[in-house]
Amino acid sequence: MGWLFEPGWWANGTVRTALLVGFVVAVTSAVVGIFTVMRGQSFAGHALTDVATAGGAGAFLAGVAPLVGFVGGGVLGAGAMDAIGVQRVKGRDIATGVVLGAAMGLAALFLFLSARSSSASGTTQLVLFGSIFTVSPSTLPEVSWLSGAVLVTLAAVARPLLLSSLSVELAAARGVRLRSVGLIFMVVLAVAVGMSAIVIGAILSTALLIGPPASALRVARRVGRAVALAAGLGVLATWVGVLFAYDSYYWFPSHRSLPVSFFVVAAIVVEYLVASVLRRRTRPAPVAASEPEGWT
Amino acid sequence: MSDHEPSTALLEVRDVNVSADGRDILRDVHFSINHGEFTGLIGSNGAGKTTLFRVILGIQEHASGEVLLHGEPLTRSNRSIGYVPQKVLFDPDLPIRARDLVALGADGHRYGLRRRPRALHDAVDEMLDAVDAGAFADRRVGSLSGGEQQRVLIAHSLISRPELLLLDEPLANLDPGSVQEIIALLHRVAQRQRVAILLSAHEMNPLLPVMDRIVYVANGHVASGTTDEVVRPSVLSALYGHHVDVLRVHGRVLVVATALPVGPAPNDEHPEFVVE
Ligand SMILES: Nc1ncnc2c1ncn2[C@@H]1O[C@H](COP(=O)(O)OP(=O)(O)OP(=O)(O)O)[C@@H](O)[C@H]1O
Ligand SMILES: [Mg+2]
Repeated sequence: MGWLFEPGWWANGTVRTALLVGFVVAVTSAVVGIFTVMRGQSFAGHALTDVATAGGAGAFLAGVAPLVGFVGGGVLGAGAMDAIGVQRVKGRDIATGVVLGAAMGLAALFLFLSARSSSASGTTQLVLFGSIFTVSPSTLPEVSWLSGAVLVTLAAVARPLLLSSLSVELAAARGVRLRSVGLIFMVVLAVAVGMSAIVIGAILSTALLIGPPASALRVARRVGRAVALAAGLGVLATWVGVLFAYDSYYWFPSHRSLPVSFFVVAAIVVEYLVASVLRRRTRPAPVAASEPEGWT
Repeated sequence: MSDHEPSTALLEVRDVNVSADGRDILRDVHFSINHGEFTGLIGSNGAGKTTLFRVILGIQEHASGEVLLHGEPLTRSNRSIGYVPQKVLFDPDLPIRARDLVALGADGHRYGLRRRPRALHDAVDEMLDAVDAGAFADRRVGSLSGGEQQRVLIAHSLISRPELLLLDEPLANLDPGSVQEIIALLHRVAQRQRVAILLSAHEMNPLLPVMDRIVYVANGHVASGTTDEVVRPSVLSALYGHHVDVLRVHGRVLVVATALPVGPAPNDEHPEFVVE
């Protein structure tokens, strides 16, 4: 195994922090992601990442802790999307698009401004592509607390959320408060993507949110198992990404590491391909495939 | 119908008015449903059947009127009503098995993730058997056929042991054999669980053998009573606003428009030739 784990891997504090923070973020993203995919809100999830980016960039500019910027930005974005009309299925894409556009504009402005102030060189790279190797050990408890809050909140609304993902009509008839549950989920989603934006970067945090859950949903037949599988796949992809990025330092004579996010996303894609192959294997019945898609 | 007499009805709909986009959809709708009765809600496309169900469930804004269950207004915690909506499209990729959907009928509105008690699992099995859905209990709901989903939805709505079950056009898109099966199944379950049923349909004929009462919707108004009281030329003509005849042939009922109405421009509420 010596070839896999390059020198210093086990003793390196930066690596350890990266693995731990990566674990927390991957699990949170995967669990939240299952509900995001089931509710068809992947686009909203991606948009919230961009909003978080604007927040993160703003935080760099203002000299505030990046975590506050990322998460705060995301939550504000969730509120804005709710106000514009993310609750109605038809209004969803519009609300998301409007907020997305505004956020990208702000992010561009903040990044431009901080690139001009000499002290913040590399901010763009950091904000957009993440910085798991630069996460300070003190971030771990903060991220863990946030993650705990996200998971507990999600567990609290899991069943109403599930029922309303299946059918709004059924949920409303059972007395589910659709609007509150939807808003709670948006805030949870914002916090989760804000966290992962810090670790693997804004652009690629969508991959961690959507990729492992999409793979898990291809093969799992129960929500609980899908959640567990997605978490496992997310952690695996993150750790593989960290390992390869670390190793890649030794791959080239120039000693330039390749970015973590590249490896994470590559692992996610491989996982998805494997899941798709498995799904085809597990459901060979052509009869099942030609069944009517629900009644109209 | 006086407001003062004590209500013995299970459900009472009083003078409900609904309008949308400045158009009246339901006008002064009133009727009641008794414990354990099978009521057919009959009306053509766009008559307002779905709207009426949503009013009863308290999820449709209405301009005026009230809905009373046991003489009390509906609240969020007072939901002794099961509902099978008209259109439910389940995503075949959702990892929800038929039995999960049924269980969500019992606890889908509850917060928290408490472990489901043994008794609930038993109740789910029992319910699935009652609607003959045991064979596909472990398949994803999205992969089931329309008729199979129908059964699972009935189990979903009955597991909370409601006193009233609303079914919005559960017979549409079923072949004639399945129509008879579902009606027989509902009749059986309704009697066993002592649940009152309000079922909407375009066609009243398949329901004639089981229907205790009928609520007939047309032109935004309703007429209710036993079939014999409601399905008469005088009552239906008043409802449609022009003359219709009622023919009884071979145990079937046909509602026939005799001529195009004179007067105001025809609208889509008029029976073309044969409504039933
Ligand atoms: N949200 C809405 N906004 C405006 N009009 C509406 C709305 N929902 C329903 N309507 C109108 O109200 C009328 C009654 O609709 P409803 O869906 O209750 O009819 P229905 O009896 O269930 O018809 P069907 O048999 O086709 O299901 C229709 O004319 C419809 O166009
Ligand atoms: Mg309808």
